[in-house]
Amino acid sequence: MRKIDRIIKRHKKKGALVPLLQDVMAEYGYLPQRTIERISQELDIPLSQVYSLATFYKSFSLTPRGKYLISVCLGTACHVRGAPRIVEKLERDLGIRAGETTKDSKFTLETVNCLGACALGPLVVIDGKYFGRINLSRLDEVLKDYLK
Amino acid sequence: MVRLTIDNKKIKVEEGTTLLETAQKLNIEIPTLCHHQALKPYGACRVCLVEVIKGSRLGLVASCTYPAEEGLVARTETERVKRARRLSIELLLARCPTSEKVREVALELGVKKVRFKEEKEECILCGLCVRVCEEAIAKSAISFINRGADREVTTPFKIGSLACIGCGACVYLCPTGAIKIEDVRKCRRLDFWNTKLELKKCKVCGKHFVPLVELDYLKDRIKSFEEMELPEEALEVCPKCRKRILSEKAGEFIFGEKYP
Repeated sequence: MRKIDRIIKRHKKKGALVPLLQDVMAEYGYLPQRTIERISQELDIPLSQVYSLATFYKSFSLTPRGKYLISVCLGTACHVRGAPRIVEKLERDLGIRAGETTKDSKFTLETVNCLGACALGPLVVIDGKYFGRINLSRLDEVLKDYLK
Repeated sequence: MVRLTIDNKKIKVEEGTTLLETAQKLNIEIPTLCHHQALKPYGACRVCLVEVIKGSRLGLVASCTYPAEEGLVARTETERVKRARRLSIELLLARCPTSEKVREVALELGVKKVRFKEEKEECILCGLCVRVCEEAIAKSAISFINRGADREVTTPFKIGSLACIGCGACVYLCPTGAIKIEDVRKCRRLDFWNTKLELKKCKVCGKHFVPLVELDYLKDRIKSFEEMELPEEALEVCPKCRKRILSEKAGEFIFGEKYP
C-alpha cells in the first residue's frame, strides 16, 4: 500500500480535510496537484473546495519545498528588532525571494507573521529548530551548518 | 413570530427572517451587492449596513445576515448608517472603478470621489458566483483561493474546470460584469474561468446552443421525462425551435390536426 493510500484511508471516515492535508505535507513536503485531485475524489469533496483550503493556509504549499525550511518571523517585535534585514540577507545569500525554493531544492525561505516567542526576536526557524536573538553575523554561523 | 421595528414601522415576521428581508416587506430600500434571494445570506459587500438598537447598545450590522429578533429596533437612514455605507462602497469603487453597478450604487449613496488608491479589478469578491455554483447548480466548479489581500475567485489550479457545465449562472449573477460568456461557433467560452466547452447542435435549425456537458447534467437531473410529460428530445432542440414546435402542437391540440 502506498503512503498516500494509507494517509487517505486514515482520514477518510471522518472526512477531515485539514489533518489529511497536513499529513500529506509532512510526507511529501508539498501538495501535488494529482494528490489533491485524488483526495477530492476519494472524500467526495469538490476539487474547488480542496484547492480553496490548500491555498488558504500558509502551512500548505502547492510547490515542492526544499530540504530545509527557513522561516523568518516578521511579527511586530521581530520587525522592530531588524527581522527585515535578516530576510534581505537570506534572500541575497540564497538567491531566492521569500516564498521561493532554491534551485538545488535545499532551502525554502518563508516569512511568518508571529511565532509567539517575541522575547527571543528576531527569530529564525530552520527545520523546526529555533534560533533566537539572531543577527547578521550569527546568521552566517548558523547557516554554515546547513550549507555543507 | 417575532415583532420588531424598522424605521419606526412595526412588523411581525417569522423567526429566522433577516433584517434585509423584513425591510423589503416594509418597502424600505436597502442597497446591496452580494445578496440574492435564492442563495444563503453571506454578508460580503457591507453595503446593506443598518443600525441596530439593543437595550442601550447601538451597533452597525449587515442586514442581509442579521436575523430578526423580538423587540429589536433598527434604523436604516441615520447619518451613521449612511456614512458607513458610503465608506463600504467607496472602498469597492476604488477596487473596481469601471464597474457600472458599483458606480450606480455609489452614486445613489452620494459617493462621487474616491479617496483611496484606485485599482483595476473587476471582481468585488461578493461570492455570488461561488455560491450559485455550489448551492443552486451543485457543481462547485469555482471557489475562493488564497486569503486576505490575495483572495480571488478562480477554478482549481487556475486551469479549465472539469466541473463547469457552462450554464452561465455565475455570469448572470455577477454584479460587476467581471465574468463573461461567449458562444463562438461550436464553442462556449468562459475566459474568466479559463474554460471552453463544446456546444451541441440543435436538431432542427442546426445552431449550436448548449454545452454537451450541461445537456448531460440536465438529463441526469430530470429524473423522469415521462412524469414531466416532456419528450427526451426536448433538450436536443434549441429554445427558439422548441418554442415554435410547442406552439404548433398547442395549435393542433386546440384547433385540430389541420392547423394551421
